[in-house]
Amino acid sequence: MKINMPRWFYQLASPKWSYDFMGILLPWFATAALLLLGVGFVWGLVFAPPDYQQGNSYRIIFIHVPSAILAQSCFMLMAVASGIGLVWKMKVAHIVAKSAAPIGASMTIIALATGAIWGKPTWGAWWVWDARLTSMLILLFLYVGIIALYSAFSNKSSGEQAAAILTLVGLVNIPIIKYSVEWWNTLHQPATFTLTKKPAMPPEMWLPLLVMVLGYYCFFAFLLMARTRLELLERENKSSWVIALINEKI
Amino acid sequence: MTPKRQQRLTIALGVVFGTAIIVGLVMYSLKQNINLFYSTTQIVNGEAPTGARIRVGGMVLKGSLVRDTKSLHVSFWVTDTAEKIQVDYTGILPDLFKEGQGIIAQGKLDAQGIFQADEVLAKHDENYMPPEIADSLKNAKPKTEQVQP
Repeated sequence: MKINMPRWFYQLASPKWSYDFMGILLPWFATAALLLLGVGFVWGLVFAPPDYQQGNSYRIIFIHVPSAILAQSCFMLMAVASGIGLVWKMKVAHIVAKSAAPIGASMTIIALATGAIWGKPTWGAWWVWDARLTSMLILLFLYVGIIALYSAFSNKSSGEQAAAILTLVGLVNIPIIKYSVEWWNTLHQPATFTLTKKPAMPPEMWLPLLVMVLGYYCFFAFLLMARTRLELLERENKSSWVIALINEKI
Repeated sequence: MTPKRQQRLTIALGVVFGTAIIVGLVMYSLKQNINLFYSTTQIVNGEAPTGARIRVGGMVLKGSLVRDTKSLHVSFWVTDTAEKIQVDYTGILPDLFKEGQGIIAQGKLDAQGIFQADEVLAKHDENYMPPEIADSLKNAKPKTEQVQP
């Protein structure tokens, strides 16, 4: 069986092409992130109506939910990149996964922290060992393990391979996080938004939340590309295109 | 794709699905231990261990809440609409605690079948709405009781 990958797939493997391509996209995502996050913040924190039970304390959802979504999306992206890196021995793919890991870890910490702050007044406890909270904590440990593995070997490519395998193994945690609230009894409430049902929230609440989620995605893309470009420069510092680039700037 | 890459792709997919199957089986066998709480029906049917610290989850039965006027002691019934259990608790209740609210209590069943709780948590559901809409909903259908799991 012979499968031919499209041309852009192989173009992505070129560090120079990737560096230039991300350089073009970067300012657009930065602008979009700034606009969406600005609008979402003010809309969600000031103009959205309070909740009938929780009053204003529910507004932490505008930070908590996007962070939790991004923490999981980031891991899935890392798994895809790591898989490509392993199968095609593509350096750029490993660098993307490596650059994404600290961002995903930060998102997980934000989700856990905001959840704890909300949980204290609403549930009456900072932390409960239910399936959702525990699986999210495991996600954080996975991120920490992956970050540690990247720098645990003196040979960079060995570290990348080890981290990529841990990422693929850790992927099993993502559906567990998602469905933990349905498979088991948990204190954490089930999803307010599903693809099949109407959101259990009025539009004046979920619209700002949607804006925040989109803003988070743009912000994530911006951060990831900026970090990847930096890492590419560092790793390719002896290649002709980086030297040419530096001479150009000086 | 070269044969070498196809082979590596197979291994990578094997890692992903292999772990999924292993973790799936482990979790299936630990099913009961991952649940945070027992429903009142499970406890009444004797499915929960006796003498051990357990959690019970359910709704606070309407009209069952009795507050002690001199202390923080409260007593109420929790129900999953099929069975009910009396809960005794002394301490501060979370803001969302009220009759009809879903709660989770941690503690032990005593010999009289009363649940002696040392911690009561309020369970929030996935529904959010502004106060005006909640009011109009309440006024629109005063007879239908909303049942939450």
